[in-house]
Formats: sequence, C-alpha cells, structure tokens
Amino acid sequence: MSIPVYILKRILISIPTILVISVIGFTLMRFDFTIPAIGQLTPEIHMKNPIDPLASIRNNPSISKAAIEREEQRLGLDKPMHVQYGIWFSHVFQAQPDLGKTNTGDDVLWLIKDRAKNTIVLNLFVVTITWLIALPLGVYAALHWRSNLDRAMTALASIGMSFPSFVLAILLAMLAVKTGLLPLGGIKSVGYASMNALEKVLDIGKHLLLPGLVMTVGGLASIQRQMRGNLLDVLESEYVRVARAKGLPENVVIYKHAVRTAINPLVTLMGYELAALLSGSVLVETVLGFPGLGQLMYKAAIETDVNLVMASLMMSSILLVAGNLMSDILLKFVDPRIEVA
Amino acid sequence: MAEALQKSAQAGSLKQIGKKIKQDQIAFASLLVLVVLYLGVAFADFLSPYSETWSDRTLAHAPATPVYMQDENGGFRAPYVLGYTRAIDPVTYQWDFVPDYTQKYDLKFFVKGEPYQLFGVIPGNLKLFGAVDPATGKPARIALLGNDINGRDIFSRMLYGGQISMTIGFLALFVAFPIGLIYGGISGYFGGVVDNLMMRFAEIIMSIPTFFLLISLAAILPPKLSSTTRFGMVVVILAFIGWAGLSRVIRGMVLSIKEKEFVEAERAVGLHPMGIIIKHILPQTASYVLVAMTMSVPGYILAESGLSFLGLGIQQPDASWGNMLKEAQDVYNILNRPLMLMPGFLIFIAVLSFNVLGDAVRDILDPKSKARR
Repeated sequence: MSIPVYILKRILISIPTILVISVIGFTLMRFDFTIPAIGQLTPEIHMKNPIDPLASIRNNPSISKAAIEREEQRLGLDKPMHVQYGIWFSHVFQAQPDLGKTNTGDDVLWLIKDRAKNTIVLNLFVVTITWLIALPLGVYAALHWRSNLDRAMTALASIGMSFPSFVLAILLAMLAVKTGLLPLGGIKSVGYASMNALEKVLDIGKHLLLPGLVMTVGGLASIQRQMRGNLLDVLESEYVRVARAKGLPENVVIYKHAVRTAINPLVTLMGYELAALLSGSVLVETVLGFPGLGQLMYKAAIETDVNLVMASLMMSSILLVAGNLMSDILLKFVDPRIEVA
Repeated sequence: MAEALQKSAQAGSLKQIGKKIKQDQIAFASLLVLVVLYLGVAFADFLSPYSETWSDRTLAHAPATPVYMQDENGGFRAPYVLGYTRAIDPVTYQWDFVPDYTQKYDLKFFVKGEPYQLFGVIPGNLKLFGAVDPATGKPARIALLGNDINGRDIFSRMLYGGQISMTIGFLALFVAFPIGLIYGGISGYFGGVVDNLMMRFAEIIMSIPTFFLLISLAAILPPKLSSTTRFGMVVVILAFIGWAGLSRVIRGMVLSIKEKEFVEAERAVGLHPMGIIIKHILPQTASYVLVAMTMSVPGYILAESGLSFLGLGIQQPDASWGNMLKEAQDVYNILNRPLMLMPGFLIFIAVLSFNVLGDAVRDILDPKSKARR
C-alpha cells in the first residue's frame, strides 16, 4: 500500500474517535446532579439542558423575548437530547461551522481558533526544544554509560519527572517578576503592531520562553531516559557487533546504525508526549497567564460556559488525534520496516 | 516489559521484593521518606499545634514564628517565641508584624490543645509542642511556617492536607484498577468483535487530553456538595481517567495467558468465562499490576493537586496540598511569603519517592532493565 492510501486510511479511522468524543462531551454537559439532601447524590442524564446555555442572554434586558425564543428554537432546547445533538452536529459540521456563543456573547469559533493557534505554537516550540536537547543528551549518556555525568543526568531526570509543573511555573514566575528579564503572561508585547518581522518573531519567542521552559522539563527528562535506554539496548544487539567486526569506524556504527534504530520507538512516543503536553498546558497556561486553549478551557469550566467547554474539549482532542496521526506517518518515513497495512 | 514481568512474577514473591529493596540504598531511603510522610499525616492531630480549621484573623499572613534560645544579654534561655503586634508601616502603608520583646512565651512539649479524635476514634487533647505563657499558663501563638490569608497555621494545615493528598491517589487506584482489570480481562478473553469494540472505546477515552477531561468532569459537579461527597467525587473522576491505559496492557497479557493449558482445561470442565477470567487469569497478572500501581500513584497525586490548585478539586476549608497552593497563584503574594510553597515541595518529595520506589520494584521484577542502570 502506498503512503497516501495509508494516510487516508489512518484519517478515516480517526473520524469515529472524534465523533464518539463529541457524544461523550455532549452527554457530560447534560449530566445533572440533583441534591435532595446534602451528601446524597443522584446523578441522572437530563433530556433537557440543566445548565441553561442562554442564561446570560436571558438576563440581558436589551434582548427581546422574541429573539430569545428564536434562539431556543434554533438550538432546539425544548427537544430531547439526541435531537439537540443532531442540531449541534449539523451546526458544527458545515461549510461555515457555528459553535454558538459564549456566556458573554463572543463567537466561540473565533475564540477557539485564536487560542488553539497559540497553543499549537507553544507545543511545537516545546517539542522542538525538547527533542533538540534530549536526544543528544540521551546518546551521550548511553555512550558514557555509568560515567559521573550519566549518573548526574539520571538523578536530574528523576527530579525533573517528579517536579509538579505548576510549582515550577510559580517558581519561574517569581524569578521573572523579581529579575524583570522575561515578560509574564500574554503572547505579544504592547507595541507588537509597530514592530518589524524580526522583532515580532523575537517578541513572541520571549513570551514563549517561560511557559515553554516549564513544559520542557518533564518531557526532556523522560525522552532523555528513553533514548538512553533504547540506545543501550541497540548497542548490545548482534548487528552492531557485526558492524564493528567488519571494521566500520565507530562513528558510523553508532550514528548510522545504532542511533537511527534507537530513535524509532521514540517517534511512537511522540504521540504520548503530545498528550502529556496538551493536558499539562492547562496548569502552566493558567499560572503563567498564557492565552492558550488550556487557560480558555479552565475559565470556561469555572463559569460553566457549556458551548465553550464543549468546543475546547473537542479542539484539544482533535489536536491530540492529529498529533498521533502525524507521529504514525512520521514513523512510516523514519522506519522503512513498518508495514503499511 | 509486561511479559518479562509476568514471567518473573512466579520467581519474585513479595518477601523477596522487600529484601531486595533493603539492599538498594536509594530505594530504601525513598521507602523511609514515604513511611515518615504517612506517619506524619496519620498523626497530624498530635503533631500539629492547631486543628485544620482553627484560625485567628488578626494573624492573617503573619510570618513564620522564629524560635529563640538566647535572651537579650546573650545568655542561654529555654526555647521561647515572641508575641507579635500588628502595626501599619508609616512609609509603605502595609500591615507589618513587629516582634514584641516584652511578651515571651515558652516553647513546651506535650501541651494541652484543642480536643481531637486520633484516627477518628481515640480522643485526646495532647499536642506534641506548643507555646505557653509562663505567667498565666495560657497557650500562645506559634506558627512554624507562618499563617495563611485567613490566619490559619500553614504547618498544621500541611499535615492535615497530606491526609487527603497522600491517600486520594490510593483510593482512586482501588476504583480504577478493578475496572481496568475486568475490562481488559473480558476484552482479551473473548477477543474478536468484542475485543475490537472495547479496545476502540478505551483508546477513545485515552485520546481526550487528561486534564481537559478532568476539568470538564470537575466542572459539572454542583458547588454545594458536602466535603465528604466532594472527596468521593474527585476520587471517581481521577479513577475515570486511569482505567483505560491499564485495561490495554492487561488485555495484552490476557491474550497470551488464555492460550495456556490450564485455561483450556477449565473451559473443558465448563467453568463460567467470568469465573475463569477473575479467579484464574487475572491473578497471573499480579506482579505487573503491583508495579503499575506503584508507578501510577504519583500521577494521581499530581492530578489531585493540580485540580485542587485550580479550585476544582478539594475545596476550602478542607486542606489539601493542591488547594493550599492556590494562594500562590498570585505571584506577588508568593514573592513576599515564599514559605507558602512548602506544600508544593512536599508534593515533589512524595512523587519523587514513589517514582524511585516504582523504578526499583520494576528493576527487581525485570532484571534486564536493572542491567541498564
């Protein structure tokens, strides 16, 4: 099977995933806990919305009753849940998707697009930095197995993997405020519009540095460990011994034969890493005030903004599924042994 | 890894694991740290000078109380603390706590404090330490780590908060693991379409970013829950995200176990499939489950503290390490009172110890990975 067909097939497989997630999310938003007496919970799924998505519009005196009724009709709020889901579905999956409005009346689609862009930039930044640092460190540690530096890195890696991201974020935020070296919060400076192209890139980079650094730490440690372990395994294998026996220079043996094989399992791991990054970004973005998807989701959840929670849940899942898809495809290019079946 | 572990399962009994951990210095040290932490939170009633909800509003944001051993002339005096008076700084217009050298309170061990019930049953009112006014014998204020915004003792709340933070992970484990085991067991045993559908569903749950799912689950909880119910719901929410990953591994192990002869024999005898899965197949995965459990506790601790930190998990006035850090969300607040970060440090210590211990147990059960260390 050729690569385009493989890619197409993988995309087709991920469609039901997205659909089921949307059903789960939609049901969750209509999950109501009624409390007859404190301490007793009787969860039940309401056929109608327990959380009124139109609450804020209803409270606005300048909006006429007729307009509210029209909106109710449009969303089918008086109809059973599966009909509502159908309406939601047809609104979302059309040429001009309509994800509804937030509690404050902003367009959800516009907000999600804006925030997702920031989160994607941040995550790409983190993944690039992590891999650029972690892979060489892992290779070095494996080649200098049990040296002092290797032991030091092992210790540092366990510390890095155990440090709660939000505590690290708080510590770095303290540092940033105290020294004034790095900006805290936001993604652009005030004078962004009047900058030239280079200054713009530098400005965004400066804002990415703080959240990026926090998010890099955990991933850096785990990928360095993985790379080290994989390479140690590969170095023990027969074909490396053969390559050495036939007199290949050590550099060629390591970098052309061993390292290339050792990287393959890491490419699969990239999908998992992306999952960890995305979910970790909620805390980091909230503490450091980075305008990403995680921060948006958190605020929406606090304010029980149904449309926004639903949309962020969907968007983050789509990002994750897309990330996994890309790592699968990448693996196909990196490792020619993979059967595209 | 799973298969290698399963093979060594028969070889390594719990006793041997314990013996080998004793030989590994770092693993043994982290085990000790965990024992100390658990003892500390278990005896929180005795160790903490104040109860979880005790507060003195006049002490809001009071700094840590220093303990002195010298009097004004430099001579030795039994340990004592000073009283504080609250005054406005005439230059900065900020409330300040000024030590009052006329009020000296002795630091005493085994003093009488608020009555409590240790482990919920043993009544008592003895506290490990406390400050006492030598003239009147009345208790005075001592806060080793200072007070929070409500004038509550951070040190005491840290001990009580640990009770929640250190146990919630285990409770979530005991909810998530049976589900994951049985789900994976059924999926692997029956195979075919059942297996396909069940695993697809588990994968779908796994493709929702964990924290986004956690937040949307926590957000639908009504705000007016009693604290016990809230605690229970947080446990369920944590478990909801944990079972899927486990079920996938268990399913893989069951796939290979079910080919064995004893399973075939049981099937021939006519045992009920569920009986075979629960009584005969799943016990074979025990050693993997043990490792997976120790390795997943830190994840639950981090998830709970993250949720509570955001204000979606354990709620005030109950303490947890996560929600104690909530005040630290304001950077300017924490810059002036860095001791407030102590719960975060404890989270780090607990998670690190669990990670190190989990690594050690895995190495013992899978000697091949030990060679690489």
